[in-house]
Amino acid sequence: MLTNRSKLVVKKEMTFWEKIYLPAILSGISITIKHLFRKGATVRYPEKKREISEVWRGQHVLKRDEKGAERCTACGLCAVACPAEAITMVAAERKKGEENLYREEKYASTYEINMLRCIFCGLCEEACPKEAIFLTDRIVSTDYGRGEFVYGKDKLVEPVDQRIDVSKRQTPEVLQFKKLKQFSHNK
Amino acid sequence: MISFLIYKAILVGVIFAITLFVAAYSTYAERKVAAFLQDRIGPDRAGPFGILQPLADGMKFIMKEEIIPNVSNKLLFVLGPSIAMLTALMAGVVIPWGSKLTIGGETYILQIVDLNIGILYVFAVVSIGVYGIMIGGWASNNKFSLLGAIRASAQMISYEIGMGLSIIALIMMTGTLSLREITELQAGGVGNDWNFWNVVTQPVGFVIFLVCAFAECNRTPFDLPECETELVGGYHTEYSSMKLGFYLFAEYINMFVSSAVISTLYFGGYNFPFMNNLGMDQNAITIIGTVVLFGKIAFFIFFFMWIRWTVPRFRYDQLMNLGWKILIPLAVINIFVTGLFGIF
Repeated sequence: MLTNRSKLVVKKEMTFWEKIYLPAILSGISITIKHLFRKGATVRYPEKKREISEVWRGQHVLKRDEKGAERCTACGLCAVACPAEAITMVAAERKKGEENLYREEKYASTYEINMLRCIFCGLCEEACPKEAIFLTDRIVSTDYGRGEFVYGKDKLVEPVDQRIDVSKRQTPEVLQFKKLKQFSHNK
Repeated sequence: MISFLIYKAILVGVIFAITLFVAAYSTYAERKVAAFLQDRIGPDRAGPFGILQPLADGMKFIMKEEIIPNVSNKLLFVLGPSIAMLTALMAGVVIPWGSKLTIGGETYILQIVDLNIGILYVFAVVSIGVYGIMIGGWASNNKFSLLGAIRASAQMISYEIGMGLSIIALIMMTGTLSLREITELQAGGVGNDWNFWNVVTQPVGFVIFLVCAFAECNRTPFDLPECETELVGGYHTEYSSMKLGFYLFAEYINMFVSSAVISTLYFGGYNFPFMNNLGMDQNAITIIGTVVLFGKIAFFIFFFMWIRWTVPRFRYDQLMNLGWKILIPLAVINIFVTGLFGIF
């Protein structure tokens, strides 16, 4: 009743025209033939890609800083924030001489996201105090086994020579938010 | 004599090849039409627009493991799909595919045999087709297969009566059982010689025949023998590999032959409007006529698919009601009315 679309079902005797079925079938085939000339909604995926938003939430990336050191400090806030419990990590202490590899004294020795569990909500990105994890516009590719969907650091950390641009995700509102002193962890 | 045999052998070979080709591409067309009617794209990966899909499907059927259940009757289990395929192919023999070609003074008719009981032969062969389904369903030793086979045989026998009665009215008008003569009587049409296709004079008979043809081919809305939602796969539940392929293929051949018979009986066969006004020689008219016949057949195959994606399946009691209480009395009334028109 809320939508005003409910109909009262009445079991009444069919009239002669309804009983011979043919008019109903004719109106039915006239409906289906219209669909023959309608353009389908299907997108032939690998050849043609659907237009996606600039802030599309796709496969994650673990960012490096300007000098190429990993930003992640294995605080575990993303794993706590994750509603699907898709993120696991093991923390390790930075040794001497690894300063160019890891930004802080603590880093993630393993960092895994199970892409089959992940719901791409982006809460990990919101939780991250180090601006280390971002969702990107890349689409997680298909595979044959479940094991292959657990992405480790090899697939998540951006290569030094192929930086992934996430500036589109830093909308003015986000930047404004991060300017607030009380929320800025990264100073 | 030798030349006669060669000509017949070539004709048989060509018609056999065309039948298999059309049946193979009906499977492709089925999937494409289904897709388009549902606003989808359908198979488009094998070759351009997916036109190699039937080859891929056939390949898959041949490569798959062939399973014959332990508890089945092995001989009958193999015999079932063979009979289904054989009878489906046999019906094409009496259909006149074209008028006649004159090559080097010799006249060749484009029909394998012009039986004087042609339409009766079609009915006989189609009736044997039920055996293929019955034997297959019975030999599988599976409840679902048996149920499917029982449904199939009951349905096909019931609808054969309606079909036969609808034809009687047509035969009363034409006075012949030969499919070629029935076609020749519909020659001309619009143009100098005013003549109508049989569908104009026998609309009720045509509708009855069409509905019964759907039931005979086990097509939706009469696909109860193989309804996936109730009987797993119906009579071919236990079949795998190419034997299943034969059953499915036989269905498409039946569809092709039914379309050809409908076109021949009610839509003038290889005749087309203005055929005698074009002033072309007989050979050209014959070739155009054959193309036109195949166009009509293609339309009816499309119509079969069109209906499939429009009308949902009947309940079994509704099916029997329609067959026995509506179509058969209607066909009998049609015979009476045709008889009255014949007298006055």
